[in-house]
Amino acid sequence: MTTRSEVEDLLYLEADLLDAWKLKDWLELYTDDAEYEVPSADLPGDADPAKSLFYIADNRFRLQERVVRLNKKTMWSEYPRSKTRHLVTNVRLLGAENGELRVRAAFAVYRTKWGNTDIYVGSYEYVLRETDAGLKIRKKRAILELDSLRPQGRVSILL
Amino acid sequence: METVTGFIAEDQAQGLFRVARTAFTEESVFRAEYESVFEKCWLYVGHESEVRKNGDFVRRTIAGRNLVFNRDTSGKLNVFFNVCPHRGAEVCREKHGNAKHFQCFYHGWIFGSDGSLKSQPGKERYIADFGAQGRGNLVTVPRFANYRGFCFINFDPTACSIEEYLGNAREYLDLVADQSEAGMVVVSGMQEYSIRANWKLLVENSNDGYHAATTHATYLDYVAKTHVMGNDVALRGIGRELGNGHAVVEYTAPWGRPIANWIPIWGEEGKREMERIHAGLVARHGKDKADRIAFKNRNILIFPNLVVNDIMSLTVRTFYPLKPDLMHVTGWALAPENESEWAREYRLNNFLEFLGPGGFATPDDVEALESCQGGYRNAKEVGVGWNDISKGMGLDPQYDDEVQMRSFWKEWNRRVSAVCK
Repeated sequence: MTTRSEVEDLLYLEADLLDAWKLKDWLELYTDDAEYEVPSADLPGDADPAKSLFYIADNRFRLQERVVRLNKKTMWSEYPRSKTRHLVTNVRLLGAENGELRVRAAFAVYRTKWGNTDIYVGSYEYVLRETDAGLKIRKKRAILELDSLRPQGRVSILL
Repeated sequence: METVTGFIAEDQAQGLFRVARTAFTEESVFRAEYESVFEKCWLYVGHESEVRKNGDFVRRTIAGRNLVFNRDTSGKLNVFFNVCPHRGAEVCREKHGNAKHFQCFYHGWIFGSDGSLKSQPGKERYIADFGAQGRGNLVTVPRFANYRGFCFINFDPTACSIEEYLGNAREYLDLVADQSEAGMVVVSGMQEYSIRANWKLLVENSNDGYHAATTHATYLDYVAKTHVMGNDVALRGIGRELGNGHAVVEYTAPWGRPIANWIPIWGEEGKREMERIHAGLVARHGKDKADRIAFKNRNILIFPNLVVNDIMSLTVRTFYPLKPDLMHVTGWALAPENESEWAREYRLNNFLEFLGPGGFATPDDVEALESCQGGYRNAKEVGVGWNDISKGMGLDPQYDDEVQMRSFWKEWNRRVSAVCK
């Protein structure tokens, strides 16, 4: 039986790895069939990326390629790297079935670059899976509680 | 001989076309653009599919104005100023929805979806023919036009017709509208974002075939790596001036297009789907036009600020300056109304791979534009005051030349330099 402390440990580790730009290590937290999604701000939180336009809807392959891209110096929008800080709180375990755990948390992500600090705020919806290698992230959806990406302009970092 | 007209320096013999960088930085230019461009030109307000049912409405900010775009209960499309005729509160406070009436919550006036005043608390305290005078009705923008689903407004009552304004650009909007016999629709989910740069940088960038190799190196790496995905087709094509500042680049490219350019990664199911769509295009338009729709990419600029990019997906984008160095961008995905679930999913997947604030390309465009704006802080220094937009001058135009940008700049300069030096 997974406890909230164990879930929080995973989420805080994830936040730390992202803020340290250890993206390959970050990807290790995800299952081989992982999904990572950020719906457009005007969509309902349960929108379907096959039917509506998101900002990001990655399967594992594209998520991996996103990390490859983020690690290149030719990824101009994040090189030189921005400074980020992911704050994760209000962690709740919503239920478990078939070895998968549904979790909701609140986030605020600060991104600073070229003298601007932009804030991304919203809720995370996770599906976590118990594996032999420990608790892994099967799915993460970052639902922005914003009207739009103004002034943020982009979701070039991982939320 | 070099001649300077307004913000442009030109010398055909020397292959020289330069734009003053102060065009991107000056408050006086920003004000002149509203006066001579945004208040005079036809501006995109939305697609008719966004207000498909009677009563549907969306709020829009166009050139700073607060507007409501709706289809009234009789089926007519309207664009109203979102302001109560009484004391000025907004009569529509939701982003989108369906309503038979709009009610101003401040004093309770109620308007029909056609803008007419229906109810006015304390009516007996106004003169008897208040309603008959029309003083209490919502006011529509001076001009509205629907060109094949693309809806435009104009704040200038004396403007020419939309058909005349679009001119040669109609051919290219037709190539979009003709993709489906059932009509095109805007997919739910808007991409509203900002860029800390002058809006004209996005005009240039949206039909710039020259920047991909470096700005989008990581996207092209990704395409190459997944190259089972691609077709062995080179980036090749032409740029074209369309008059009135409109322009287009039209070209072949290695990526797949959900309007019938199959790539191996889409598998056998995708192949059957693409063949079915292509056969439909051939039946409706003949083989030449069908092939053009299916296999050619088009980045279309409708002056001043409507971009329709019919590339690996189909996007409509418009944007306005809030300051010389800040713009608000709104982007949509457009799709055939009757395409299969499979095609819709791949269309959106293709969209996100390249386009939008989380794509593998657009954030780097944003960075490039903001970087240009950073460079323009030197705009008034000697020797660094001009952009060079001369690529391809005197040669047959190619898709990665700059003829389409010169087209924009000449029209922009004609309008803006008439009111601002």
